[in-house]
Amino acid sequence: MKKFSVKTIVATGIGAALFFVLGRFVAIPSGIPNTNISIQYGLLAFIAAVFGPIAGLLAGLIGHFFIDFSYGWGVWWSWVITSAFFGCFVGAGASKLKIEDGEFAVKDIIYFNVVQVIGHLLSWAVIAPILDIVMYQEPANKVFVQGLVSAGVNILATAIVGTLLCIAYAKAKPKQGSLKEEA
Amino acid sequence: MNNLFNYIDRPSPIHRLTGATKFLCLMLWSFAAMSTFDTRLLLALSIASILMFKVSKIKWKEVSFMIGFASVFLIMNTILQYLFSPQHGTSVYGTCTYVFSGLKGYYAPTYEQLFYVSNYLLKYISTIPIILLFVCTTNPSEFAASLNKIGVKYSIAYSVALALRYIPDVQRQFHEISQAQQARGIEMSKKASPIKRLKAASAILIPLVLSSMDKVEIVSNAMELRGFGKNKKRTWYMGRKFNTFDILAIVICALIVVVAFGLNYLNGSRFYNPFI
Repeated sequence: MKKFSVKTIVATGIGAALFFVLGRFVAIPSGIPNTNISIQYGLLAFIAAVFGPIAGLLAGLIGHFFIDFSYGWGVWWSWVITSAFFGCFVGAGASKLKIEDGEFAVKDIIYFNVVQVIGHLLSWAVIAPILDIVMYQEPANKVFVQGLVSAGVNILATAIVGTLLCIAYAKAKPKQGSLKEEA
Repeated sequence: MNNLFNYIDRPSPIHRLTGATKFLCLMLWSFAAMSTFDTRLLLALSIASILMFKVSKIKWKEVSFMIGFASVFLIMNTILQYLFSPQHGTSVYGTCTYVFSGLKGYYAPTYEQLFYVSNYLLKYISTIPIILLFVCTTNPSEFAASLNKIGVKYSIAYSVALALRYIPDVQRQFHEISQAQQARGIEMSKKASPIKRLKAASAILIPLVLSSMDKVEIVSNAMELRGFGKNKKRTWYMGRKFNTFDILAIVICALIVVVAFGLNYLNGSRFYNPFI
């Protein structure tokens, strides 16, 4: 299931489309410039957890690229790459979850959220600021403050939206071994 | 869909380049502009990018909205940068010359800071027109088709094409579900608190995502039935061949990158320093 199959390709494409629509039309401002509460990361974490790291990486990359592309103010590569990294990280970290088989118990919820918190902290508080400094030579304290704020709001958004999505999806899937042979 | 992506169809030399060429040139160009802070090169790139805008026959009226957006964004970023680190220029250029000799202190303007900020702005002035040009002259479907040509695996290029195909569908579905949920009393407007709005967004998301997952199932089954991924290569309906101009454009952009690195090497750092 988690290898690069036709299903992964389609999930990547539709996942990127969802990421785009959510990121483009459902932005909830957080008060700091260039930083929105982006519920699309909850979706990305969900796609990555279900379809694996490659789908997460590509959905983040394509979706974020098209968001920047459609605004027309320039493609912010440092943040596009960071989105891709986050998708990949959650996909790799959550690969032991079996959401596809309808399993998402309390310990899975905790595990999923630990992975997403680490992923967001690494992405927005480490990778994005470093890329900003390397690519655009921005002052370090500015980008780290921006990064920490977006890490915080993204963790919150993913914790709510991502977890809810995983629970709903797992419920909609039949559990393995849920059918019994009648005597 | 083309409205969403600002694609403007018009006969011009820039439109005739293939999407892959434009994408490669955009990458090379922004890479060159990113890697250097040499004022002379940035100035030349800015002038060239504005001239290219003229060649593309895109009218000012058609992009003024986006340029306005980009400017607000840039100005906010610059102000934020000054607030956080008004001495950044001094640390970069190694000298400290106050603009007003009577005005000294942490937030006092220095020529180094002004020069740094103008370089920073110039970096964007040299890339924003190019990005706008790419956005306005590239047909998104042709872009997806041409990705395959520059070495991207076709399964990935197909993901891009699928994303483009499903964006309008997802958008319409999102709108329908959102109206249905609002009719049931879910508050999505500014009146609700951010946490409430997050929860409201989830109420739209769950039906949207679950129905999209069904779509994944249907589409991937259909593709598998038609033997997708069986062969090493595939053809593209929107694909076009490279011609001399494409190759010329790529060579020129590659040369710009070489020049940028040459200048970085000659200057001894990424900055062109007029203060010593």
